[in-house]
Amino acid sequence: MTDLTSLRYTSEHEWIALDGDIATVGITDFAADKLGDVVFVELPGADSAVSAGDVCGEIESTKSVGELYAPLSGTVVEVNDAVVDDPSLVNAEPFAGGWLIKIRVDGDLPGDLLDRAAYEDLTA
Amino acid sequence: MTDTPAPPRTSPLNDRHEALGASFTDFGGWNMPVRYTSDLAEHHAVRQSAGLFDISHMAEIVVDGPAAAAFLDYVLAGRISAMKVGKAKYSLVLAENGGIVDDVIVYRTGEQDFLVIANAGNRDAVNEAFAAARDAWRPDASTSSAVVDPAALRVDDVTDDYALIALQGPEACGILSSTPGVEITGTALDALGYYAWTDGTFDGAPLFVARTGYTGEDGYELLIPLAQAAALWDAVLAAGKPDGLVPCGLAARDTLRLEAGMPLYGHELSRDIVPAQAGLGRAVAVDKEAFVGKGGLSSVPADAPVLVGLVSEGRRAGRAGYSVLHGDDTVGEITSGALSPTLGHPVAMAFVAPAASALGTELTIDVRGTRIPATVTALPFYRRNA
Repeated sequence: MTDLTSLRYTSEHEWIALDGDIATVGITDFAADKLGDVVFVELPGADSAVSAGDVCGEIESTKSVGELYAPLSGTVVEVNDAVVDDPSLVNAEPFAGGWLIKIRVDGDLPGDLLDRAAYEDLTA
Repeated sequence: MTDTPAPPRTSPLNDRHEALGASFTDFGGWNMPVRYTSDLAEHHAVRQSAGLFDISHMAEIVVDGPAAAAFLDYVLAGRISAMKVGKAKYSLVLAENGGIVDDVIVYRTGEQDFLVIANAGNRDAVNEAFAAARDAWRPDASTSSAVVDPAALRVDDVTDDYALIALQGPEACGILSSTPGVEITGTALDALGYYAWTDGTFDGAPLFVARTGYTGEDGYELLIPLAQAAALWDAVLAAGKPDGLVPCGLAARDTLRLEAGMPLYGHELSRDIVPAQAGLGRAVAVDKEAFVGKGGLSSVPADAPVLVGLVSEGRRAGRAGYSVLHGDDTVGEITSGALSPTLGHPVAMAFVAPAASALGTELTIDVRGTRIPATVTALPFYRRNA
């Protein structure tokens, strides 16, 4: 079970788990619930560069399309092929098996990332 | 002075939905369940066993009196007077220009008695259309100034007195038959044809049971007075649980009706669309002497866009509002689209130029900058085994 208080969050409902300079990124349970059942995930390719705040992928549910914003700048080092094959992982395990990409962080983290308490206030 | 929108209305079953953990959405001015758990699971339950929907947001209008049948022939597109008592019929409310004000189901409940079920968001528009038609209607051409005798025609919106619950899916008949407290007093459920209704009671209250729906599956729509609504909801859910019955929200309802090729007002239907464009020409009895909208239907341009079905491969679905192209030319726009949960590939309905509407025509959909191939196909996308 992921310790949600150890994660950082964005106002676009991504979560970030930092391990050294590698950031694992997913979308929160709140975002997954709002989307409904996820049926298609498009993620950036490995080795591609992403910039904080830019759209870098798409998450489609039966009802709508959500954009994936890069929560920080860096280089994609790994893509979760399991979630591409089975997008329902985003709903079933948003903080675990439903992770989306791993980014090697380039430079400083954006200053506007939220801690758990601030994210809970945002979605209350 | 600022206009503040009216807060959404809540269903008489709202506390049941909250207890079941539903997520809600505003639909037609009502705060209704969009899903309880997973919209895909709810969708599949309806195709494979059964689902229970609260559709109390829909409007019920009783039309009765000696002039009722003739009035409905005038205010609706179909020939309502030809309906047999006990039957249901899909029909349209048209504007004078032939555009669609709403699509409705009419139930003939007696020689002089009808129930019209309209969309929640069009409740006011339908009531206004009925009132305007009543003023304009001249039932007897020889007395052109005659106004309809109030005693001969009563139009009564009874939406606020009832809840409407849809039980849909192949197990629906068995579930309703085994629901404690439900007694069928009219035609037996297993003898009731599709698009027909029967009478019953539930805990002593009158229960109107219609074999109609908006999912492409067999099933029933149950009209029940408010006081018994929650108890009926609970009883049906409990009776159906062993068969896999689950409560279903509007998200599943939308993908089910899309697969079944059924139009949704505001998407496939609007005042800017005439019935023939939406493939609903059969719903208009053009040979009727006079009916609202008749004059407008003759002036529709031949190049007006028409409704088609589109199927694609892969998993990326075209959505409402996305452009449809033929070669490099934009030829239309999607009105509803989703990855079909039952079929596993994207499906969409779109209005396209007649020249691009032939079955088998290869088109593309602009999915946020990417061209996705799509083939014009016959509706519906999904048809249950009879």
